[in-house]
Amino acid sequence: MKSITEQAAWYQSVFDALEKSLNGEAQSGFHVLRKKALNRFKEMGFPTTRNEEWKFTNITPLATTPFTPVPAGTVARIAPSAVKHYLIPEAHSLVFVDGHFSRDLSTIGEMPDGVIVCSLAEASRRHAALLERELARHAPGEENSFVALNTAFSLDGAFVSIPDGVRLTEPVHMLFLSTGKPQALIPPRNLFLVGAEGQVSLVETYAALNDGVYFTNVVSELLAGEGALIEHDKLQNESRSSYHISWTHIVQQARSTVTSNLVAMGGSIARSNITTVFEGEKGLCTLNGLTLAAGTQLIDNHTTIDHASPHCESHELYKAVLDGKAHGVFNGKIFVRKDAQKTDAKQTNQTLLLSDDAVIDTKPQLEIFADDVKCTHGATVGQLDADQIFYLRSRGLNLLQAKDMLTFAFAADVVHRIHVESLRERLVSLIHDKLHEGRISS
Amino acid sequence: MLEIKDLHAQVNGSEILNGVTLRVNAGEVHAIMGPNGSGKSTLAQVLAGRETYDVTKGEVLFDGKNLLEMDPEERAREGLFMAFQYPVEIPGVSNTYFLKSALNAIRKHRGQDELDAIEFLQLVKERMKLVEMDESLLNRPVNEGFSGGEKKRNEIFHMAVLEPRLAILDETDSGLDIDALRIVADGVNKLKRKDNAIIVVTHYQRLLNYIIPDYVHVLVDGRIVKSGSKELALELEEKGYDWVKEKAEVEEAR
Repeated sequence: MKSITEQAAWYQSVFDALEKSLNGEAQSGFHVLRKKALNRFKEMGFPTTRNEEWKFTNITPLATTPFTPVPAGTVARIAPSAVKHYLIPEAHSLVFVDGHFSRDLSTIGEMPDGVIVCSLAEASRRHAALLERELARHAPGEENSFVALNTAFSLDGAFVSIPDGVRLTEPVHMLFLSTGKPQALIPPRNLFLVGAEGQVSLVETYAALNDGVYFTNVVSELLAGEGALIEHDKLQNESRSSYHISWTHIVQQARSTVTSNLVAMGGSIARSNITTVFEGEKGLCTLNGLTLAAGTQLIDNHTTIDHASPHCESHELYKAVLDGKAHGVFNGKIFVRKDAQKTDAKQTNQTLLLSDDAVIDTKPQLEIFADDVKCTHGATVGQLDADQIFYLRSRGLNLLQAKDMLTFAFAADVVHRIHVESLRERLVSLIHDKLHEGRISS
Repeated sequence: MLEIKDLHAQVNGSEILNGVTLRVNAGEVHAIMGPNGSGKSTLAQVLAGRETYDVTKGEVLFDGKNLLEMDPEERAREGLFMAFQYPVEIPGVSNTYFLKSALNAIRKHRGQDELDAIEFLQLVKERMKLVEMDESLLNRPVNEGFSGGEKKRNEIFHMAVLEPRLAILDETDSGLDIDALRIVADGVNKLKRKDNAIIVVTHYQRLLNYIIPDYVHVLVDGRIVKSGSKELALELEEKGYDWVKEKAEVEEAR
């Protein structure tokens, strides 16, 4: 499957098979979108490193593997006890196995009036008009191969809708578990609608029960109404042989506050794209990110903050800890449109290299068309500080303890910004595990 | 306790220590004085195990063991402590978390049980009184945003918790105002025991008004050129370092 023609033919044949299995649903309005998206994907093909956006991230191994969705009837049955460990106890949980919603594993508690938390498949039956209006209307499927591929194959995902003025006190946790099934295409599609002054915390977790060469290709769309207050946390802890490509598209209305916290530590090749657009004035957006990579992992984070309206504020802090022969990529775009006066944007990117063979490509990209703005950015790449290591050792810690303590402190800076408590606790132990793993592999 | 014999050390090929010989017994306080660039801080750092210095000749025995063969953490676990001239800031690591890890590493080495959180907190509360340390500094990241005086006080606080057998205070007086100096010195004095020893490295005689040394050594060009009792410090204060330098040169010429 080396050529684009072969790849296009493969996904056409997979699509044909999928279409047959859909029966009546193949007539729905959404299926029209699917067909259009498939055609768009076939025209574009997978991006290559000749594409500026993919310059540092060679996805040939992904593009040349024939992936196919896991048919609903063949999804492995998972015992609740095997899933418990991944859950956030205080949250409503939507659990997906190899891309399919599992009612048995999910726990959705009582909801305030008007709040909808369900699978996208269920929403397409019960809230068709709402979906018709919002789904696939925001993420840029026209110019993006992976969004198009997701739209073409997405059958399920999470749907959360918070009406105006409602605060959901418990977080909503979407757990996407892979069984590690070889060549599985897992294309979740998530839609989050938060009304004016609505408040919610959303957590997406990607994890695997077994290692395997599978491919998660997820798209999430998040609409923040006027004055909404939203935290969106994402933990990407896929298996080490897998591929993970995700697009999170955020649209912010006036005075809305969105905080996005991303922790990316899994996958063989993983790329996360987070885009936020200020569609109204006085919005506030905070993007925090942490990459932990070891071995030969490639973890790429692209962010875009589009200051399309005046008086908006954005804060961005992306950190990476790279060990072994890991390769990290950071690209942070900030656009300040002509009318977006009084924009206040701050971007920071810090990378800690723990080995001589680890590599980071970092690219802040600020494009400013307004004249009365405050925009700053800074990128640092460094190793652990010799003075700090000596100081800790001179008080009795051994070299490994000293390095771990400093590395952990560097990483925890991002974790501490997450407000979902048990997620934070889980991350603390995952980071310790990851540091340990990095040590063994390097 | 500590025996330094003909110690030579270099940094980037230039000789800083030029044959230091010194013996420190339990229960003693030694002051090492000298002009800027004489090698005082180098000596302290070499003893603590700083790897930027190459020891080219000589020997250091700590309780009969070869100190120079030990990693910095082994030295700490064996009971050596250096209060840094410039304490290092460690963002993101809380002062108590670090200190607890350090203390437990040392206790483990000594075959003692590790302290749990409550036992540790009791110890900390008791020891912080020694240096009149503000409780708010406990949970802040190590030295981060501390004033110069708070950093120095924090060093002595670490010393009070870790209870070293040999403490080397590297210019602990620099940057301290007179009140802080007295508090820090009082703390050190309270930690003085028959079975431990202290080496005070200082440029000025001032600190020695509060921490009374049993011996004073003058380091010039990487060698101890004169040793004496505490009166030597006063003499240096009065006559300056040039006086011993000249004397040393004369002796060398002979």
